[in-house]
Amino acid sequence: MDAIVVEDLRKRYKDVQALDGVSFSVREGEVFGLLGPNGAGKSTTVRTLTTLTQPDSGRALVNGEDVVKHPSRVRRAIGYVAQDSGVDWEATGRENLLLQGRIHGMSGTQVKKRVDELLELVGLRDAAERVARGYSGGMKRRLDIAIGLVHQPRVLFLDEPTTGLDPEARAAMWEEVERLAAAESLTILLTTHYLEEADRLAERVAIVSRGKVVVEGTPDALKSNLRGELVTVELGDVDGRAENAAQLVRDLDGAHEVTIDGRLVRARVPNGASAIPTILGALDANGFPVAAVTTQRPSLDDVYLHYTGRDFASEDEEGKQ
Amino acid sequence: MTETLRHTGWMVVRQVRNLMREPIWVAMMIIQPMLWLVLYGQLFSKTGAQGPSKSSYVAFLLPGVVCMNAFFGGTWAGMAMISDLNRHVVDRFLAAPASRLAIVLSQVLRAGITATIQAMILLLVGLALGVRVHGGFPGWVVVLAAAALLAMVFAGFSNGIALLVRKEASMIATANFVGLPLMFLSSILVSIALMPGWIRAIAKFNPVDWGTRAARNGVVYGSGWGHASAYLGFLVLAAAVTSLFATWCFRAYQRSI
Repeated sequence: MDAIVVEDLRKRYKDVQALDGVSFSVREGEVFGLLGPNGAGKSTTVRTLTTLTQPDSGRALVNGEDVVKHPSRVRRAIGYVAQDSGVDWEATGRENLLLQGRIHGMSGTQVKKRVDELLELVGLRDAAERVARGYSGGMKRRLDIAIGLVHQPRVLFLDEPTTGLDPEARAAMWEEVERLAAAESLTILLTTHYLEEADRLAERVAIVSRGKVVVEGTPDALKSNLRGELVTVELGDVDGRAENAAQLVRDLDGAHEVTIDGRLVRARVPNGASAIPTILGALDANGFPVAAVTTQRPSLDDVYLHYTGRDFASEDEEGKQ
Repeated sequence: MTETLRHTGWMVVRQVRNLMREPIWVAMMIIQPMLWLVLYGQLFSKTGAQGPSKSSYVAFLLPGVVCMNAFFGGTWAGMAMISDLNRHVVDRFLAAPASRLAIVLSQVLRAGITATIQAMILLLVGLALGVRVHGGFPGWVVVLAAAALLAMVFAGFSNGIALLVRKEASMIATANFVGLPLMFLSSILVSIALMPGWIRAIAKFNPVDWGTRAARNGVVYGSGWGHASAYLGFLVLAAAVTSLFATWCFRAYQRSI
């Protein structure tokens, strides 16, 4: 059974079509990433799946239950970590967790035991009796995640789990999510506008742009659908014969999109590891010294550009406005 | 139903506990009503504003200040809702199987509890100033009930507004707009007998005056329980109406997100 099924969701806010027919599905036990720039419709999708927002049309099932017809069954099955922290600042970490457990109908002993376990799991045991106002951004985020996990949900929604965190806290959060996915055998749907985050955490991703899913698949599959890896050769002293070197590379089998930038020759090849010896051999045979060579697999950045025809960073900036 | 009650209980505990962590808020909650009592008590002591009542002005004023304090507290109750909205605590409850009614009711009840505690403190301060509750035990009950109900009437209204405007500045403006006029359109400071006819006519429909009259029967006269019960009954109805209004506004909020 799929943990999440989304079919043609549409939602309009006044003059913005936030969701324009979103469809995807998430398998049980999978970490699934919704990737897209700000304003693409990721959060609206998550808010619909967590029963906060009513869609105009379309259908969504979470843990087999329809989010519109049986919202309270869905709520019992899910944990939701919103983009904006839902931590009660004036309550301690423990109090935040106890209340959430109570709301989920857990008994006193049950909830106390679970809260101790979670405080340990997210590394907040020592801060548990402190009021959350004094927590760092990373600590609040970890508390948010613990709040989402109190009732041992089947499906966890993480909406932009690392936005606003510094790089160190972000790396720690990534480890946290990986650990939780394993320890709690959860289905996780995470949204992010960090390409590297989706690449690192998600087994499969759906790229969302302007209220639609443009492509869905594993990060690796999406990247290999592009035209291969980028090889960059830094030439040694070639006395202005760089263009000749580029032409040499251009003539090799499989190399395409060969460009030259000073002494840097860039080429796309199907497979970097096997192409490098050929390229270096050809250059060496023709007396071109090589200072350095690197290969780069296509990033999700390239994938985004390829499928939407738009640059991720500029789209992201636009979405913020 | 029991779930709603249980959730309301947990949420009231949360709010009261959070407030108790604000020492300045607690201090103000205790000092402010005393300040009103002393200030107004002195200011109007020689004006005969208590009208035909034979009591001292302070005795006349005490139930008035209790009610003023309760309904002012109520008008500000929506600030806590705005803070919960801004901090996304409300959304967190909504994505969990929290009773929707409890989210609103807990705010209203909390205002009632706060007002009751303040009323008790004021009555004790009154005792120290030589103001006796003439109604004895029933008198105490009537005053405390009037305070609790008035706070809840206005907390329902205030939470409704909070859910509609969702901004502190608009909330503050509304609370100010409502608070002072309603105080002056009631017998909190001045006897009904001394009011111009048109204010007296309006006061009849002012919940603040219902509470004040009931509380005054308890403190000053120690009689008129029939009237007092009727006024308290009106306040129960008014509290139900404003709580319904707040619930309706909560649904509107849910639809808008």
